[in-house]
Amino acid sequence: MSTPQPQTHQQAAPAPNWQSAPGTSYTSPIPVTRTHLGHALTSEWTKIKSVRSTMWTLGVFLLLVVGIGLLVAAQTNDNDYADVPYTIPAFFGLILGQICLITLGVLVVSSEYGTGMIRTTFTASPQRHRVLTAKLLIFFVVAFVVSALAIGFVGLVTSGMHGGASDNEWGGTVLKGALYVSLLGVLALAVGSMLRHSAGAITAMLGLVLVPAILPAFLMMSESLRTVGDKMMDYNAPNALAKIFEIDSENGGGTSQLVLLIGVTAAAIAGAYVLLERRDV
Amino acid sequence: MIEAVGLTKRYGDKTAVYNLSFQVRPGSVTGFLGPNGSGKSTTMRMILGLDNPSAGQVTIGGYSYRKLPNAPRQVGALLDAKAVHGGRHARNHLLCLAQLSGIPARRVDEVLGVVGLQDVAKKRSKGFSLGMGQRLGIAAALLGDPQVLLFDEPVNGLDPEGILWVRNLMKSLAAEGRTVFVSSHLMSEMAVTADHLIVIGRGQLLADMSVRDFISHNSADFARVRTPGTDPAQREKLTAALTEAGGQVLPEQDGALRVTGLPLPRISDLAHDADVRLWELSPHQASLEEAYMRMTQGAVDYRSTTDQRAGLQQQLPPGAVPPQMPVPGQGQPGWYAPPPPQQGGQPFAMPQGQPPAGPYGAPGVPGAGEPNPYAQPAQPAPAQSAPAQPAPVQPSAAPAQPSAAPDLTKPEDAR
Repeated sequence: MSTPQPQTHQQAAPAPNWQSAPGTSYTSPIPVTRTHLGHALTSEWTKIKSVRSTMWTLGVFLLLVVGIGLLVAAQTNDNDYADVPYTIPAFFGLILGQICLITLGVLVVSSEYGTGMIRTTFTASPQRHRVLTAKLLIFFVVAFVVSALAIGFVGLVTSGMHGGASDNEWGGTVLKGALYVSLLGVLALAVGSMLRHSAGAITAMLGLVLVPAILPAFLMMSESLRTVGDKMMDYNAPNALAKIFEIDSENGGGTSQLVLLIGVTAAAIAGAYVLLERRDV
Repeated sequence: MIEAVGLTKRYGDKTAVYNLSFQVRPGSVTGFLGPNGSGKSTTMRMILGLDNPSAGQVTIGGYSYRKLPNAPRQVGALLDAKAVHGGRHARNHLLCLAQLSGIPARRVDEVLGVVGLQDVAKKRSKGFSLGMGQRLGIAAALLGDPQVLLFDEPVNGLDPEGILWVRNLMKSLAAEGRTVFVSSHLMSEMAVTADHLIVIGRGQLLADMSVRDFISHNSADFARVRTPGTDPAQREKLTAALTEAGGQVLPEQDGALRVTGLPLPRISDLAHDADVRLWELSPHQASLEEAYMRMTQGAVDYRSTTDQRAGLQQQLPPGAVPPQMPVPGQGQPGWYAPPPPQQGGQPFAMPQGQPPAGPYGAPGVPGAGEPNPYAQPAQPAPAQSAPAQPAPVQPSAAPAQPSAAPDLTKPEDAR
């Protein structure tokens, strides 16, 4: 495998004036192995843990979720938890903290484009889809584990402080909340891969999160746009998180919002794959 | 082996590379030359599968790059020393590349030692100098012990010791039977490193031949003959004798004669027969740089012009022509390349408005119809006693470039 036969040799040799016979080819003594996704995963794991932006964004995320969560937990009393899960203090931190995960998701891919590292990466692995797959998986696992730990920690501390007030099940909110913010990050990664520009992708993602939360106020003024405004109200990111943490529990625990985000993320990932293979780096 | 067939790349209206076909063979260092913007880097990127060709194809060992099962083990490339994430330290940068192709971590320390970066292995590459960045890039290229190596401007920013190291490294890599493809602007460096040359200009192949062939095809070797300076009659006598014998004679500024078309012993014999004493009879071998300049001067996209500093000066009264003070050497014909010996030394069109330089010794008498650019009727102020070269001192200025534009241009690679 290390010395593939030059199949195209018989084609009309366009190069004139070759003065000598071709030299003998070099063959590396180290055997060449076929690469697979596992290699790309270890590589991406090395990458994500060896830059400071990861530590900063995840550090700020933990600070926001745990810090604000514990402050809220300290300011509330046992009666507040009669109808809601103990993880609810984490919700307020997550509203801000999701921006950190969005930033990290964008940076995981766009920092490579910004620095030119992407050319080195795609030279080392011309199977570009494999690199993007590894990035998505590694980022998702990191984001999910970190956010689940943060939400779970806040839930544990809160239930310790205000124990016995209710027997609401709160394990599901940990998983769903972590899934929601991690998916937002994955969506950011896909958008970053398509836009290939850090500031542009972060701005686009902030718009995607914030505009649907603000715009309904204006849409409600017009009768014809009221239904659009209602949908936007229902499905915007902060409201989706609120539903997941059962702040207003009239219609579902945010499952439909989660499904919508999964759909949007899947579409963005598909777009990222198509553009990745087609575009020049 | 790298093989390109009909490689073409268009960006919108602009064609960066057009119908490029060449082969890069193992066992030798192949230099890749061309002016800025001629498509060298685009070609390199297409070889590495980073850019998709608009037409044609390029294969490495019969595979297109993106189909290689483990690319870094077969092809190592240094495209751009800055193509690293500056926040990652050198060892982790190489480690993540090694892991991508299943190369063990100890190989990372090995190549760090090879390029001499072991002491800064744990330093973030943001703080690296250009030379250190080049070394890191070379380390990445060597990581997979590949059979084919591509280097884009590898000696940029390296110190003399580093340049020597890269030169020997490339030679030894080629001697091991690897394919080494290296682009550079440093002609002196290419002359001692490369065995073979591929030259492109404006995206098209200009030459694909060995270094020695390239030089002899694109430049004229000439003999410099000097007769006793005290006796101009002898010089004219010899000129007549040499011309009669079929040689072409061009007077040089300092009174010497530039003779082509006659071997040195024959010149000596002719001088002896004509009873002319010679003070100098020396062969002049053109350098790779001269040959390159000659070949590519029509394909240069970006040309520097003389800084007139007009924006800094007071407005001249209308009609006054600013005095020109040519820098010696700049823009003077013959400053880099002697004219080609034969028809066909000019394989492509010259820039618009500039007819091809006539063959050597063309009857372009100085001042024949075309004004010498330096002989413009500048109206020097009385105080203007600056070293403006008086026109008559340049007898050789006109013949080679009969209608040189008055603005003194020179190829920007002439540095």
